[in-house]
Amino acid sequence: MSFILYLLAGFVSGMLGGMGMGGGTVLIPVLTIFLGVSQHVAQATNVIAFLPMAAFALPRHKKSGYLRSDGLALVIIPALISSVIFSFLATIVGGDALRQLFGAFLVALAVRGALSLKDDIVARKKGKTKSSSAE
Amino acid sequence: MGDKMRRILCGLGTGAANGLFGGGGGMIAVPLLKSAAKYSEKEAHATAILVIAPLCAISAAIYSFGGFFDKSVVIPAAIGNIFGGLVGAALLDKLPAVWVKAAFVALMLAAGIRMLVG
Repeated sequence: MSFILYLLAGFVSGMLGGMGMGGGTVLIPVLTIFLGVSQHVAQATNVIAFLPMAAFALPRHKKSGYLRSDGLALVIIPALISSVIFSFLATIVGGDALRQLFGAFLVALAVRGALSLKDDIVARKKGKTKSSSAE
Repeated sequence: MGDKMRRILCGLGTGAANGLFGGGGGMIAVPLLKSAAKYSEKEAHATAILVIAPLCAISAAIYSFGGFFDKSVVIPAAIGNIFGGLVGAALLDKLPAVWVKAAFVALMLAAGIRMLVG
């Protein structure tokens, strides 16, 4: 039974991920809040579940020509370094503290999302095609 | 601030969030790739996956080393994720974006508050 629930949780978060929104920011809270998985196991599940999805998505994006690599080393190398440090940090922090930090992170992302949503709606009312100029 | 410095900071922030929270790196990387590297919306989304995949591989190794790998959760979640990803990509053009975003924001807010106080 729990196999099916985890499968569904992965499906819903994968759907959001496929729509270009943070799949992990859905999968982790669903696993911890509704399915009783510990914060650490939920985070480990998300980083692992991301990999096969990326393996499917990247060739498709490369084909569509959206994948860029110019100057990307300047982003990826610092990201790898801070990722190692903060991944170790995550394994040391207690489960409750990590869960609360994650909650604060989600609230901050929600506030930022709400602000950008407000901009979207205002732009739409003015009849501007804001997003099309970016694409 | 120089263009190179912005890219470096973009990387540091993405790696820190993704490492500490085991996700959410894309939420940091996408807006920063647009502003720091001047990528378009779609380029930023696609390229963020390329940035985050190695970060997830590193975190997967470190978390597993810490004893947090549970295959009874990982295997079904990963299978679901692949199929959900394919459906989500296909639905992207059909759903009204503003409502999808609004639902997502509400979900993040509710879950965030629940995790802060729960």
